[in-house]
Amino acid sequence: MSEPVFLPAGDTALVVQFGEAVDAAVNRRVRHLALKLRESEQKGIVDIVPTIRSLMVHYDPLVTGAATLEAAISEMLHHEDAGEDAYRLWSIPVCYEGDCAPDLDNVAREMELDTAEVVRRHAAEPLEIFMMGFLPGFPYLGLLPEEFDIPRLFEPRVKVPARSISIAVRQTTIYTVECPGGWHLIGRTPVEFFDPFRAQPILVAAGDRIRFEPVAAGEYQSLRKAVEAGDYEAVSEEVAP
Amino acid sequence: MSSLKVIQAGFAPTLQDFGRPAFQNRGVPVSGALDPVSLRIGNALVGNDGGVAAVEFRLVGPTLEVLAESVRVALTGTRSELIVEAGERVVLPSYQSVTLRRGQRLSVAPVADSGVAYLCVEGGFDLPRVFDSLSTYGRSRIGGFEGRALQEGDELPLRLAEVEARGELRLEDLSYLEERGPMRVVFGPQRDYFTDESAAAFLTSEYTISREADRMGMRLEGPALEHARGYNITSDGIVTGAIQVPGNGLPIILLADHQTTGGYPKIGTVISADIPRLGRMKPGDTLLFEEIDVAGAEEARRAQEKEVLKLLGALSPAAAWLDEAALYRENLISGVVQDGEIG
Repeated sequence: MSEPVFLPAGDTALVVQFGEAVDAAVNRRVRHLALKLRESEQKGIVDIVPTIRSLMVHYDPLVTGAATLEAAISEMLHHEDAGEDAYRLWSIPVCYEGDCAPDLDNVAREMELDTAEVVRRHAAEPLEIFMMGFLPGFPYLGLLPEEFDIPRLFEPRVKVPARSISIAVRQTTIYTVECPGGWHLIGRTPVEFFDPFRAQPILVAAGDRIRFEPVAAGEYQSLRKAVEAGDYEAVSEEVAP
Repeated sequence: MSSLKVIQAGFAPTLQDFGRPAFQNRGVPVSGALDPVSLRIGNALVGNDGGVAAVEFRLVGPTLEVLAESVRVALTGTRSELIVEAGERVVLPSYQSVTLRRGQRLSVAPVADSGVAYLCVEGGFDLPRVFDSLSTYGRSRIGGFEGRALQEGDELPLRLAEVEARGELRLEDLSYLEERGPMRVVFGPQRDYFTDESAAAFLTSEYTISREADRMGMRLEGPALEHARGYNITSDGIVTGAIQVPGNGLPIILLADHQTTGGYPKIGTVISADIPRLGRMKPGDTLLFEEIDVAGAEEARRAQEKEVLKLLGALSPAAAWLDEAALYRENLISGVVQDGEIG
């Protein structure tokens, strides 16, 4: 494994970069460092943002400085252990049919598989949340099998419906609110990943894992009604390493 | 309920405080004041802590009507004047607190000298905080008043129904509004994605802020920068002041409402001490960049903090604006009540 590098991001953030490509092992090191840094309670840290291959440490320059943080983080990296961390595993229902999946046929054609097989492979294994970004509560998950390595749409959609499940470049995301987007839409979940009026507005965090559970259009509709009525709570469990 | 009623919205005003910097790990943008220094000064003038949410606006401010016994306000970020309609029209300077009474209306002369201005009110607004902040983030419809810019007819609930009668305050030295000079930039995190010629051109060329400038970012017009390693990176974190350069080579400086992560390479980052000044710039203004290292940037921020604290300590008593008609009415009414009690 290569040595992480420190990159400056002005005087209020520091980047610890573990690699340049999308790689599950690299991402695990990022999240492991995020966890340790959070536990260390270093003074002056404002936020710790794990991304796919680097960690951004936001800090208050009136309390600490890049040099102090770099020294503390270097020390942690020196004692880096590759052990697994505990994580939260979510079961998320997804409808992969009809209006919920406008790009599924094209994706299947591109992957040279039938649609049922695309769905089976998308939902086969729990996927890790590499990072949260783009919009509140918006997770990036991976890595999907290699055959999902297809580029983004040539032209992004102006409006992606909220709760769309999308894929591109071996990753999958959930659009938390209606917004523009350039990924392929292969399903939709009835579950809200971001609800500002809920006690916990944001459902998931980086490091959690999600298992997608295919549901038929009818079940999707009834689950959606339950969510809207406030009678549904997403299922999750804590998994020890 | 005591409130300020929006009679005319002006140009998309929002409520802003210091934002929500601690929730970026969940994808929540920071938001908050584009010019936190002017927000702090405005709050100090009305006796608040520095980070109480105020109305932030640009170009054309809102017209508000006081639906409370009294409210103390101050305008900052601009030298434009505060206009009070109290039977007659009274023009008052910015950077001075003033107490208004029920039924009076306030508005602001067109703001031409600054990209952003603040109307601070004593006690602040009685609205729900979202992720520890009152800042409006319109794209996700959170914070502020119903998660959106203010509109005609909105009634902004006030925490105080009435303010104490006490001396008004003003700030005399407005020299911080006149600071000029290049925007200081720390190169990175992706300086290596650009040719050396481009990095040199970036430091020697004048850039103009385009009309496509909002709370999320400022697009710049000027020499296009050349990428040495393409214009896609694996998305990483973004900090306020980051200068990202998409495929067309034209830099975009990311401001308070920036997304938390992004996939364009960032040639450098405007230092935090220069962010308030950047926030006050407007489309058509020109700017130059100057390189500084991280240690120098951190030192610049400490120096700026000293200057701000000096300004906050230098508030002086202001001549009260005597709303004589209102005073007369008040005396008359209290006189009647007293007579009744004695009788």
